[in-house]
Amino acid sequence: MSLRYLENVVTLEYDRDKCTGCGKCAEVCPHAVFVMADERKAKMTDRDLCIECGACMRNCPFDAIKVRPGVGCAYALMMSALRHRPAPVCE
Amino acid sequence: MTKVFDRFLKNPEEASCGCEGGCCGPPAAKPEGGQTEARPAPLTPADHAWIIGSVETAEGDVPLVATRLNRADRNGTLLARLSIKRMSHAVRPGLYGFGKPDAWSPVFVTGNYKMSFDYLRRSLDGRDGWILVLDTRGINVWCAAGKGTFGTDELVARMEAAGLARVVSHRTLILPQLGAPGVAAHEVAKRTKFRVVYGPIRAEDLPAFLDAGSKATPRMRRARFLFKDRIILTPVEIAMVIKSKTFLGILIAWALGLIGVKFLSFNLPVVLGAVFIGTVVVPALLPWIPVRAFSLKGWLLGFLWTAGFLALNGLPATAGGWLSAASYLLILPAFAAFIAMNFTGSSPITSLSGVVKEMKTAVPLMILSAGLGLGAFIAAAVVA
Ligand code: SF4
Ligand code: SF4
Repeated sequence: MSLRYLENVVTLEYDRDKCTGCGKCAEVCPHAVFVMADERKAKMTDRDLCIECGACMRNCPFDAIKVRPGVGCAYALMMSALRHRPAPVCE
Repeated sequence: MTKVFDRFLKNPEEASCGCEGGCCGPPAAKPEGGQTEARPAPLTPADHAWIIGSVETAEGDVPLVATRLNRADRNGTLLARLSIKRMSHAVRPGLYGFGKPDAWSPVFVTGNYKMSFDYLRRSLDGRDGWILVLDTRGINVWCAAGKGTFGTDELVARMEAAGLARVVSHRTLILPQLGAPGVAAHEVAKRTKFRVVYGPIRAEDLPAFLDAGSKATPRMRRARFLFKDRIILTPVEIAMVIKSKTFLGILIAWALGLIGVKFLSFNLPVVLGAVFIGTVVVPALLPWIPVRAFSLKGWLLGFLWTAGFLALNGLPATAGGWLSAASYLLILPAFAAFIAMNFTGSSPITSLSGVVKEMKTAVPLMILSAGLGLGAFIAAAVVA
């Protein structure tokens, strides 16, 4: 049984040198991609579990994390592609 | 044609649905964040049954809300789950109290989607505190955070509008963890002196979180997508298909076939089965279907279903029969794949990069397959 999506595709990057170990990324990640293993640095675990929500990047005070946030919703991509423009309106 | 999806990799915010699956706002008014004009008169029990009084603060009267849901609340939840009147359930943004709140009671922040608000206050039954409702235009915290309406600016503006710093003496806010994509905790601290603590993902874990001194266990921090979590989403998936023009077209074609337009006649139950596979079976069996892409999961089960159905009918005897069988096999698995692919948006396990990658392969194949299938369908009619 596995609730995993595609491998090796997400844009998540972690610069360990910039990390001060504040722990905020581990607090916000809904997939435990970041954990505080030893207290001094965050550890990036299973990168393929990342859903690119962007919570870690936004809450890292030291710019140690980069990811291109977005919503993994095929329907949204399709509707927007069909309209050829952003269309933030519900029917 | 696969290029059309690449632009979302450059401009992810351009992806926006027209769906009612949860992430789309109502015909959007401008976000009201930043308005600090005269506060409207506080809501009273005459406005909503869930308001049960008011509490006096340094900033005037603040409405008190019930922490038990009444029948109207539950009916609203049910309707929203069934995808009816989803968007008409918005709570007025602003500050509310529950229990017997005072200057040292904790402050919980949420969006103004009624269901989020209801789950929050219900989970806080028996306690005292404040709820600051942000204007997320009636959508849930997770989706709103992705769009930035549940965001740092709106939070700061709403705190100022409510005079929160004068209502409470402490300087801590408890935000839902799923709001984190929209809020930068350190920025809130810089701008308001309030410290942001992220609470658990699920409101039901709040009591345990609070009792542990605002500490979440790793389990509370993990997104969960259990069988029951997936099943509860399926009515919305079904509703989306039933309301679609494609589905209407299928019904019209079938009805025409029934009243004698011979070449349009086809087997409706096997088509409905494919819809059921895409909307219910794939979500239900999600982790156990041994491929990763959602469209492929739908295609696989759709193919098994259609092939099984055809096998029950035995080998076709005529050329028309073979063509017709081919049309089922080309159209229905692709249809199930398409519907299943749309479940990516309802699942908390997919990334934008992954979905774009999946679609670049799957969408052209679906179109090709459905096109060939329609060709076979017409050819079968011609031969017959
Ligand atoms: S983007 Fe979201 S899912 Fe990915 S690592 Fe950061 S917080 Fe976790
Ligand atoms: S939020 Fe940034 S600085 Fe803090 S632990 Fe994570 S990576 Fe390190």
